[in-house]
Amino acid sequence: MFEILTKEMLTPIICRMKVSAPRLAAAAQPGQFLIVRADEKGERIPLTISDFDRKEGTVTIVTQKIGASTADIIAYEPGECFADVVGPLGLPSDFVEMPADKLKEQRYILIAGGLGTAPVYPQAKWLKEHGVPVDVIIGAKTKDLLIYTEEMRGVCDNLFICTDDGSEGFKGMGTNMLEHVVEEGHKYTQAVIIGPMIMMKFTTLTCKKLGIPAIVSLNTLMVDGTGMCGACRVSVGGKTRFACVEGPEFDGYEVDFDEAMRRQGQYRAEEAAANENHVCKIGRGK
Amino acid sequence: MANRIPRVAVREQDPKVRATNFEEVCYGYNREEAMLEASRCLHCKNPRCVMACPVSVKIPDFIAKVCEGDFKGAAAVIAEDSSLPAVCGRVCPQETQCEGSCILGVKGEPVAIGKLERFVADYCREFAEEAPVRDSEHPAIPLEGVEKSARTGKRVAVVGSGPAGLACASDLAKWGYDVTIFEALHKAGGVLEYGIPEFRLPKDKVLKHEIQEVRKLGVKIETDVIIGKTVTIDSLMDEEGFKAVFIGSGAGLPKFMGIPGENLCGVFSANEFLTRNNLMKAWREDYLTPIHAGKKVCVVGGGNVAMDAARTALRLGAEVHIIYRRTEAELPARKEEVHHAIEEGIIFDMLTNPVEIIGDEKGWVKSLKCIRMELGEPDESGRRSPVPIEGSEFEIDTEVVIMALGTSPNPMISRSTAGLETNRRGCLIADEKGATTRPGVFAGGDAVTGAATVILAMGAGRTAAKAIDEYIKSL
Repeated sequence: MFEILTKEMLTPIICRMKVSAPRLAAAAQPGQFLIVRADEKGERIPLTISDFDRKEGTVTIVTQKIGASTADIIAYEPGECFADVVGPLGLPSDFVEMPADKLKEQRYILIAGGLGTAPVYPQAKWLKEHGVPVDVIIGAKTKDLLIYTEEMRGVCDNLFICTDDGSEGFKGMGTNMLEHVVEEGHKYTQAVIIGPMIMMKFTTLTCKKLGIPAIVSLNTLMVDGTGMCGACRVSVGGKTRFACVEGPEFDGYEVDFDEAMRRQGQYRAEEAAANENHVCKIGRGK
Repeated sequence: MANRIPRVAVREQDPKVRATNFEEVCYGYNREEAMLEASRCLHCKNPRCVMACPVSVKIPDFIAKVCEGDFKGAAAVIAEDSSLPAVCGRVCPQETQCEGSCILGVKGEPVAIGKLERFVADYCREFAEEAPVRDSEHPAIPLEGVEKSARTGKRVAVVGSGPAGLACASDLAKWGYDVTIFEALHKAGGVLEYGIPEFRLPKDKVLKHEIQEVRKLGVKIETDVIIGKTVTIDSLMDEEGFKAVFIGSGAGLPKFMGIPGENLCGVFSANEFLTRNNLMKAWREDYLTPIHAGKKVCVVGGGNVAMDAARTALRLGAEVHIIYRRTEAELPARKEEVHHAIEEGIIFDMLTNPVEIIGDEKGWVKSLKCIRMELGEPDESGRRSPVPIEGSEFEIDTEVVIMALGTSPNPMISRSTAGLETNRRGCLIADEKGATTRPGVFAGGDAVTGAATVILAMGAGRTAAKAIDEYIKSL
């Protein structure tokens, strides 16, 4: 059993939890993800690892309430246990394996959209710890939906915040922010984009226009997360790849985002029905 | 003792009724039926059935006990060689193994060995007080001349809790080893849990109990540990003190055809479809797992997995077609499964091969474009190979396409373990005893052979257990 040690609501629908999972924490690397199954009848929900502490044996997950299963995860309180937490899954980010001399030449721009800010955090942290220049853009619809701004400030050289409605920072989307930052004279050798599929699609296009190589982290459907089911199939450079074992990070230039978005919505009808009938476990008797 | 009565028929759920539920198809024998069927055994001096069994269950001996009404005794005989009798009695291809070798089968029908094995296991489970003693203090297989203390406390890691891992772990635990099974999924059982449907192998009633019996031997099962990701074989051996490792990680990666349209919405691997339904219990309303069967499903393939996927989709309410490029005679699935599928109303489109999946404007499957085939010359396997008939393409309207084309081993372990070699099909290289190219690491089952059967995997697990015992004693 995997005990929840701390819990905070970052926004009314985004929750951060620190969970005890010693084996997982010992092996986790930036870029990887894990799967949570809240209870016996829950789904296996893939979530990015937004931090890990090998000494404590803990991992930090950030969950946004989207459907019935994520609502169940968020309903858990410290002292309670998830039935299952398994990982780390997928491959670590490229820079983890990069030779030191090559790494020294890099200048990273990490572009986070919404919930994608959580998995950007360990990447920025790793780069900062290894002395690699790293800037971060965090974008959200509005001020209240921004997460991780304070934490991020401590692990990057420049933090740029933008909101669609201009309620905080630059008014505009991540794509506009990126163009603005580059116009101001910032230069980057590599972008990493993590956020909703549609945001990654358009940010990749902007990167292409600006001549910055772009890595994206694909949050596809999956069941087991170990290559067994193939629900996570994506077309990358015209070839079918399994995001769970060959990703989740891919060259954004090569990803067929339109197909990926369609595939992501494959169970939307079934899920809508489930949400309607679902009795949320918030406030269930303890 | 032997008589000339015909094989006792087994009772089954009515096909029309069972096509709408997930309850078990076959009811199995009752006490009287089992004793009557057991009376047909000739008790051959050189029993060919035992030779044909991959784990060498002493078949005539256990059947003799059934004849006497000593079901507990019969279970004890089976337990010497098999840790999963209720599973094997249900899913083994007896027709090509024990029953296929039965001398009665030459002129008539063989003894229903599988159904008898199932009866013994079910009877002893339902009347638990009659279950055989099978704990580590009373090893069912006492090895002569070897001190148990030489093994006591020595740790062995088993990767995967499917048939190979369970069989290997059971033998090692009976001999006194301290065995831990590591399972990547949240439930133990491997393919028995995620692959084989409820209507062929009930999970809570049958499988859970058999796995519990393995635990009673002293075997520990740690779920949610992915070897090659969560921990490596190296760390198990170097840091956690395991003297040897058995890899029974199965063949879990699904194959696709490589035809256009395979990434359309509504195209699933049989693995995904079955895992959602079996492991994740999508068929039950009280579980959250979504599954999409639609109104019409085409299942591509002709093996047991294809039959399982087809019959599952049928039970979820779809009209189901099996698309197979050869004829019924070449179907690799068990005859019983094909027979059941036909009874339930699965439509078989033989000599048909998909060439493209066509989608609608929203990216969902609209139809499956196929080509007619004819059988040509026999290939190296002796089966006549199918050849496309030029210009015979046609479309089958369908909402869902399920690919059941076989599976290959997961490279996660081989890639993360130095010195562990694989062949060009990605299967681990192991000798006839199960030893891999790395000392102390053994392997068996689908991870070595590619997709095969439950019982062959169990046989490989037992063979490797012997080799592991010898290896550890030699240290």
